[in-house]
Amino acid sequence: MIPVDYYLFLSLALFTIGVIGVLTRRNVIIMLMSIELILNAVNINLMVFSRLWGTVDGQVFAIFIITDAAAEAAVGLGIILAFFHNRETVLADEMDIMKW
Amino acid sequence: MQTLNQALFIFFAALAVASAILMVTRRNIVHGAVFLITTLLSTAGIFLLLQAEFLFIVQIILYVGGIMVLFVFVIMLVNLDVSMRQVQFNRQWFVAGALALVLAAQFLFAVWTVRKPGVLRLPAIATEISPKNTEAVADALFSHYMLPFEIASILLLVAMIGAVVMAKRRVE
Repeated sequence: MIPVDYYLFLSLALFTIGVIGVLTRRNVIIMLMSIELILNAVNINLMVFSRLWGTVDGQVFAIFIITDAAAEAAVGLGIILAFFHNRETVLADEMDIMKW
Repeated sequence: MQTLNQALFIFFAALAVASAILMVTRRNIVHGAVFLITTLLSTAGIFLLLQAEFLFIVQIILYVGGIMVLFVFVIMLVNLDVSMRQVQFNRQWFVAGALALVLAAQFLFAVWTVRKPGVLRLPAIATEISPKNTEAVADALFSHYMLPFEIASILLLVAMIGAVVMAKRRVE
């Protein structure tokens, strides 16, 4: 069978790519999509250990994470739309109204 | 069976990682969204390899069919042409690279100190597809995890109200 480590390495790769995307991109929508990628990488880990120990607890946690991702995407995209109506930009480093 | 399984894993993993890299680096946001959809679909394939059939279908319906459609909608609503001509990356490559290295080192340290890699293997796949996965998930969700389930529903309600209030145009 495929060793568990392969799945963990895949999850680590996706997680790291997501972290790099959040930190280096200027576009807020891409940053939100990278956060979705990070949550997805966590889901792979939960699924692997759920399979390894033969219980479904990990899958239930994954369902909660997907719920959380949906809520986060809805609120985040609402904020982006509101900000775009006010300032005509989606770049993170131009969102500096509260910075002094 | 064994080699087919491994070939499928390698295919899905390579597809997921490649399209994740493309998602982070593309200039056009719509292309990024399409590559993220590819990543999510190959992750769904990985879930199927792990015999999590319910999560496989939830991933496709909810992530790809719900969340990504929402993303594409918002991408269409904001002005694409202006942001495509601007600089796409900020100057945080050093911080990002350092953080990625630290994460990878921490992970490798955790794996190597516990045991030699490759020892812990998944149990063999049952030859016939088990029909019990959805049933087992539902059992756990509605008995042992009832309270978190209700809290998640309240979270969704709050998120819905928040999204409507945020996205509403304010009439002066």
